[in-house]
Amino acid sequence: MASVCFMITMALYLAATISFLIYLLRRSDALSNISLGITAVGFLVHTVALAAKAAASSSSSHPSFFEALSFFSWMIILVFLLVEFRHRIPVLGSFMVPLALMSLVSAAALPETVPTLKPVFKTLWVHVALSMLGAVGFAVGFVAGVMYLIQERLLKSKRFNVLYSKLPALDFLDRLNQQSIVLGFPLLTLGIVTGAISAEFSRGSYMTWNPEQTGAVVTWLFYFVVLLGRLTVGWRAKRAAYLTVVGFACVILTLVGVVLKGHGDVS
Amino acid sequence: MHVIVVGLSHKTAPIEIREKLAVPESRLGEALGRLCSYEGVREGMLLSTCNRVEVYSVVEDVEVGHERIQEFLADTNLSLSSEQLTPHLYWYTGDRAIAHLFRVAASLDSMVVGEPQILGQLKDAFEVALAHKTTGVIMNKIVKKAISVAKRVRTETKIAETAVSVSYAAVELAKKIFSNLDEKTVMLVGAGEMAKLAARHLIAQGVRQVRITTRTPQHAIDLADKFGGTPVPFDHFKDEMAAADIVLVSTGASHYLVGAEDVQRAVDKRGNRPMFLIDISVPRNIDPAVRHVDNAFLFDIDDLTHRVQQNREERLQEAEKAERMIVEEVAVAVEWMKSLEVTPTIIALRNRVDEIKRMEVERVLGRLSHLSPQDRELVEGLASSIVNKLIHRTMVTLKAEVNSSNGPAFVEAARRFFHLDRPSSSELSEADRSRYLAGRSHTSDREEPESVVHKQVR
Repeated sequence: MASVCFMITMALYLAATISFLIYLLRRSDALSNISLGITAVGFLVHTVALAAKAAASSSSSHPSFFEALSFFSWMIILVFLLVEFRHRIPVLGSFMVPLALMSLVSAAALPETVPTLKPVFKTLWVHVALSMLGAVGFAVGFVAGVMYLIQERLLKSKRFNVLYSKLPALDFLDRLNQQSIVLGFPLLTLGIVTGAISAEFSRGSYMTWNPEQTGAVVTWLFYFVVLLGRLTVGWRAKRAAYLTVVGFACVILTLVGVVLKGHGDVS
Repeated sequence: MHVIVVGLSHKTAPIEIREKLAVPESRLGEALGRLCSYEGVREGMLLSTCNRVEVYSVVEDVEVGHERIQEFLADTNLSLSSEQLTPHLYWYTGDRAIAHLFRVAASLDSMVVGEPQILGQLKDAFEVALAHKTTGVIMNKIVKKAISVAKRVRTETKIAETAVSVSYAAVELAKKIFSNLDEKTVMLVGAGEMAKLAARHLIAQGVRQVRITTRTPQHAIDLADKFGGTPVPFDHFKDEMAAADIVLVSTGASHYLVGAEDVQRAVDKRGNRPMFLIDISVPRNIDPAVRHVDNAFLFDIDDLTHRVQQNREERLQEAEKAERMIVEEVAVAVEWMKSLEVTPTIIALRNRVDEIKRMEVERVLGRLSHLSPQDRELVEGLASSIVNKLIHRTMVTLKAEVNSSNGPAFVEAARRFFHLDRPSSSELSEADRSRYLAGRSHTSDREEPESVVHKQVR
């Protein structure tokens, strides 16, 4: 049941991605509603899939990497739909839906279960959920940053093309960037703390400096500096956009670290 | 009944002719009255703007109507002979006239395609015609339809979405940097006309604060009064630039007033908040090197003009979409015009049979004076139900065939079957005739359907 739903979800996200990319390149707005519709249906199927999976697994089992990424992708779409509902910026979908699709596809490409930590406590679920929510925040910041950089480049070079007319105003993107980091950062902080507690219970040590933990700490420090820079010395606009793009690379590397560590644990 | 338009526009007549023909608002009522006093002119509306003077009318006969309206236009300005006028006039009737009205309303026929004023002008012209009661069923419906078509075009195409003036292009660009202009501050350096116009647009968009500086202090103070802003001494305007989100420069200076380092300083002071600079001066007053400053966005007059040119082309593309919409809408309107011909027939039919019923019931009840009131009601009811059942199918068929190509044939048949047109005396028996005349003494059948139309029209 769940796996069929995941397949349908993936197909729908793929369709939405294609539709959103065509929307991005064409003058007409006609495709925005269609793309949005496909995304919304995909989101519902995805929700059913996640619920089915959650119902099937017992509370004592530990979250697989697949589930974590699937949850991540689901949250991306949720955030997109909420922002779209509030601000009516369908062009956001042209960036966020492909991101959700990619994370879902890479999740499916991984071996069925990359084990995380040994199940000891429910804190593990909390740790995974919080870290992933933090990653969602940074992902939205990343998307806002990319859009900012594109729009900035178009304005500077005075190329008023289709993309220019579809992308929102710079200050909106900068605000979206800021808000997503401001929300993502505390979530990541809590994610790291709960992760450390889990590690203490399962391995008897808060920190072992494995790739996952190292990545998480580096990411945390990076975003800490980014936020601090914005609040104190005016790291906003273009610089903030660049930084959040780099920061998201840290997030990806950390996730890769999780996979590596998983394999390490197995071997 | 035919819809007709006769007029001239920027496409057919030079300003010298247009300005002579234009009817000032104060004289519109008189002109409309004169228009409708012509024989065969049933309804009229006069659209007079700086780009067009057009008479929209409903006439009984196309050729006669056309001539009358030409006469009317020639009489509107006596210094204009009809020889001078006629070559500039165009005229359309029927679906083409309706299409023309729809195109005008949707601003497809405008000098600047998609400009919004024309719709307001059309509404005003319609209001005046309504106030002087010179429009009727047909014009009311068609003009209202034109207004709704124009709104549809506006919402469903991007015809009016983009700026087609340099000053407005500045506003459009500002909105790609600042999503909301409400809390923004604009600084006006120098007071070129275009800059003032752009400032006015920005204020209309909700810009909160306006700061003005000019070389002549008094001039800045005067302008500040006008715009509800604050004057800034010209000597320190560069220091105050950091407080401005939008800087509009247009002075007569022959050198760069604002250098890259000035802008860099302002951006630093602003904590890298983006800054939008518009240089509308020729020669330029802002050093083009500013483009290398991060978070500062500089546009000069050529950039704005280029943007306007691009927008114009986009509008023309959107106009094609609008044209297709208009074709659809005209078909709907033409359909309605056709149905109008059936409606009076149905009304006439109803009146005709009611008349016969009334006469027969009166005749019979005159002989049956002994009947109780209940019985009399029964007799009346019987007559009503027979009559209604007899004409029911005819009514239904007429309504159903309204839009078919057979529509006129059915209307014709119904008119003949039920003697709805004035019958020639030879076709009637003496008895029929006396009965007919007895029942119809106050009005003839021929007039009846039209009198219905009249009531609706006047």
